[in-house]
Amino acid sequence: MNHRDADLAPDLTVPVPRGPVPAAPPGTERPRVEIEVDGKTISVEEGATLLDACRRLGIDTPTVCYLETLTPVNACRACVVELEGSRVLVPACSRKAEQGMSIRTDSERVRLSRRMVLEFLASGSDLSISPELSDYMERYGAEPSRYGEGGSEPATVEQPAKVDNELYVRDYAKCVLCYKCVEACGTDAQNTFAIAVAGRGFDAHISTEFDVDLPESACVYCGNCIAVCPTGALIFKSEHDLRQAGQWDEDRQREADTICPYCGVGCTLTVRSQDNQIVRVTSPLDQEVTAGNLCIKGRFGWGFVGAPADGGTEDGNGSCGAED
Amino acid sequence: MDLHFTPDAPTDTEREAVDSLLGEPDSNWTGGDRLLASDLRTSQAGHRGAGKRHLLLPVLHAISDRCGWISRGALNYCCRRLGVPPAEAYGVATFYDMFSLSPRPPVIVRVCDDIACIAKGFDGLSDDLASSAIPEGGESSPNGVIWTRSPCLGLCERAPAALISGAGEQPWHAVSAPATPVAIERVCHREGRAAEAGAEVRASVPQAGTGGLRLLHRVGEPSGGSLQGYLRDGGFAALDLAVRNGREWVVEQVEASNLVGRGGAAFPTGRKWRAVLGAKGPKYAVCNADESEPGTFKDRVLMEGDPYALVEALAIASFATGCERAYVYIRGEYPESTERMAGAIEDCEREGLLAPACPIEIRRGAGAYICGEETALFNSIEGYRGEPRNKPPYPTQSGLFRRPTLVNNVETLANIPGILLEGGAAYAAMGTDVSSGPKLFCLSGHILRPGVYEAEFGVTVRELIEMAGGVAGSGQVQAVLVGGAAGALLHPGEIDTPFTFEAMREIGATVGSAVVMPFDTTVDLGAMLVRIAEFFRHESCGQCVPCRVGTVRQHELLQRLQSGEVRLGSEQHRTLLGEISQVMRDASICGLGHTAASAVDSALLRFPIWGGSAR
Ligand SMILES: Cc1cc2nc3c(=O)[nH]c(=O)nc-3n(C[C@H](O)[C@H](O)[C@H](O)COP(=O)(O)O)c2cc1C
Ligand code: SF4
Ligand code: SF4
Ligand code: SF4
Ligand code: FES
Ligand code: FES
Repeated sequence: MNHRDADLAPDLTVPVPRGPVPAAPPGTERPRVEIEVDGKTISVEEGATLLDACRRLGIDTPTVCYLETLTPVNACRACVVELEGSRVLVPACSRKAEQGMSIRTDSERVRLSRRMVLEFLASGSDLSISPELSDYMERYGAEPSRYGEGGSEPATVEQPAKVDNELYVRDYAKCVLCYKCVEACGTDAQNTFAIAVAGRGFDAHISTEFDVDLPESACVYCGNCIAVCPTGALIFKSEHDLRQAGQWDEDRQREADTICPYCGVGCTLTVRSQDNQIVRVTSPLDQEVTAGNLCIKGRFGWGFVGAPADGGTEDGNGSCGAED
Repeated sequence: MDLHFTPDAPTDTEREAVDSLLGEPDSNWTGGDRLLASDLRTSQAGHRGAGKRHLLLPVLHAISDRCGWISRGALNYCCRRLGVPPAEAYGVATFYDMFSLSPRPPVIVRVCDDIACIAKGFDGLSDDLASSAIPEGGESSPNGVIWTRSPCLGLCERAPAALISGAGEQPWHAVSAPATPVAIERVCHREGRAAEAGAEVRASVPQAGTGGLRLLHRVGEPSGGSLQGYLRDGGFAALDLAVRNGREWVVEQVEASNLVGRGGAAFPTGRKWRAVLGAKGPKYAVCNADESEPGTFKDRVLMEGDPYALVEALAIASFATGCERAYVYIRGEYPESTERMAGAIEDCEREGLLAPACPIEIRRGAGAYICGEETALFNSIEGYRGEPRNKPPYPTQSGLFRRPTLVNNVETLANIPGILLEGGAAYAAMGTDVSSGPKLFCLSGHILRPGVYEAEFGVTVRELIEMAGGVAGSGQVQAVLVGGAAGALLHPGEIDTPFTFEAMREIGATVGSAVVMPFDTTVDLGAMLVRIAEFFRHESCGQCVPCRVGTVRQHELLQRLQSGEVRLGSEQHRTLLGEISQVMRDASICGLGHTAASAVDSALLRFPIWGGSAR
């Protein structure tokens, strides 16, 4: 705006769009690179990871710390592959494919490392409600019990669950320190920074500042950390209570998608219920709007479901929409 | 960023400590008391804070130096001032050994219980301390002093060693080495402290005054002690020459010298400089002075004995590669080095000697071996946890503040002025074809005259031991640790191996940080291996599973072997140990995990420990 314009009174008419909305310019095709995976040649677009290539070939690769919606931290090393010319194995989840690379995903070295990583995790953390990891352990022949033979017990992260609020429980005896919750609470989704990794080495753990309870911390109970936790260390209180009581029964459960009733964003909710009680709410990772994230209302705000509509009978408004 | 804080407020002292570094807060958003009218309309805390995160470690030091520990209120205030989420700052503070997040007395005696000090009587010292008036650990102590165990303090030539630090308005530090409870108590009560603090660095260089030294000739001389002395000795002639002949010439000389890094990875220095010179700015230069490999103290001796040369070398490096700021990252356990380097930088800056290069800043580590790994070091300076990054990208592409960065070890840089003055080709003629130049070796353990020795590459392990007066203790060598905790344990039959990259590689050892630590026949090698395994367990950053859990499982298994609970004769335990070693070497993120089993592996190949059969 030049000086003269500034002296004029502002024009309050709302500009009316004239002409058609311009079309988005056509996307440019990304260059592709060719790599060899277990002897098979595959071409992927530049920037794709080795994991992307494996998945495209249908090669099942164990991952613990990787999630499509989060920045890779490549910390668990469950996904390592053997890269020709590299002294050490490389993490498939974050290593970008480069023209001419040749990798092996099932060599002796790869199998040993994957087995040991899974074994290490299971020897230190409670993986009892991580069925996916148990499957991989079987596949690679992991034997975590061999660290506890004889009199001495191996160090573990065993500790009592932290139950400090009504919405979710932090049972860090199940934590494998995959960093996912920290990422979800930080710049990858929530930007609240309520939790971080504290301590060092085997003592490293997820913590609020000075380990204060969640209600004293910055947590806003979006539950986005629960949604990404691979081991059930972060768990809905409703689910935790049912499991404690020995009443968690997946055969009696149903899952249905619906739209959050609260605000205009309209996030997709996946509602899981057992015996007509909602036990967990998530959002699909591939949902464009949420990428799996929700807010406290969509995540936990379903106390009204199943409550009597007008202080009347118990079954007045009994079933949550998701059940039908 | 909308930060949330617990209600804990700082004390006046804590506030002062932080403000002494950052100045007074200028708004309520950044920790000020007064609510200014403008505060009600705008918050710039997050935005401005983002640029200050790199001050987190210095601020934590300021609080710890003043108060001895970091309280909730102090951490809150520091987070407000810097715009850092308290949970993250807590994560950073708890990463470092030297910070305490719970109350503790102002005076801490850190007693080294690492390998060289074990060989030289740590056990006796700890027994004596147990019956002294100083309690081990704890929140309080009747006389305001506690002692704690520490990994190698880099004072191995004077083992057993203790480092004493006092918090307060005037924080102080002192070394007691060789340490006795009486000497320690005297220092704690600040008798004779002045004498201790200026501990003669000359004593750490038995060759001092013998002539013909290239890297050590100024240590303990006036030319290493003051800027005038340094200038009289031809100091800053190399930087002048560099400026006259230009960047390209400097990098060519370094390339021609065949110099490779002395920090352990043995990367060709010229190639690194070339890459940074060719990279787009802004760029940074970092001098890695985190020296924490057990048995290593050469960088300390250079910093204390020849700090001006190091400043000149870093100035040359920054000039030649076009860096706009240089950092010296010094381990927290080296307060004396920190003071000498700070003094030297100040002197040089005052005299305008750094004008052709760039400003140099010192950053102090706080007790974390892993921060010597270059990418962990970047994170540490940036105010994050000292966790290594995955490579690629390499530092020359994306390093400090995600900019192209030149990282060199102290000793690597110490070679630079000489290379420019004599020419790269002349330098390359020293040593062997592959391993060129002079080299510093750290001799400690059972050795008659421990200290830093200079010799050309190619000198054998035996010759080094002889230079240092031969094996002490029982006089009979049982094994020699070379390269550090991440190195290898050699058999006496191997001590005629020349100390070069190529010859060491051939016998499955490494030059590493040039540690030469003979153990006499009385040493329990099994106990030494357990201590080395404990070191890696304690120093693992905890980021990746193979190392976080692997170092623990390795240490546990070694403890069981040492206690006789299990024996290596059994296939089962040999396999387990081998597999733990392999996954750490193959799948860890960084060099710590890659080498955490090296010493153990090398020892079991050579010595029949724990019922195993050596080859
Ligand atoms: C666990 C670990 C610790 C390290 N500690 C140091 C150190 O204390 N000092 C150092 O100069 N290099 C250290 N390094 C090597 C650095 O990562 C880096 O290679 C070196 O500083 C580069 O300098 P140079 O090329 O001059 O040797 C360490 C590496 C690892 C993996
Ligand atoms: S619930 Fe949300 S705000 Fe709370 S810790 Fe988890 S991700 Fe962070
Ligand atoms: S709590 Fe869950 S998401 Fe967080 S680090 Fe542990 S296992 Fe990973
Ligand atoms: S190898 Fe060890 S020190 Fe290095 S990143 Fe992994 S856990 Fe950290
Ligand atoms: S999934 Fe790749 S390192 Fe964790
Ligand atoms: S100072 Fe004790 S081992 Fe180095």
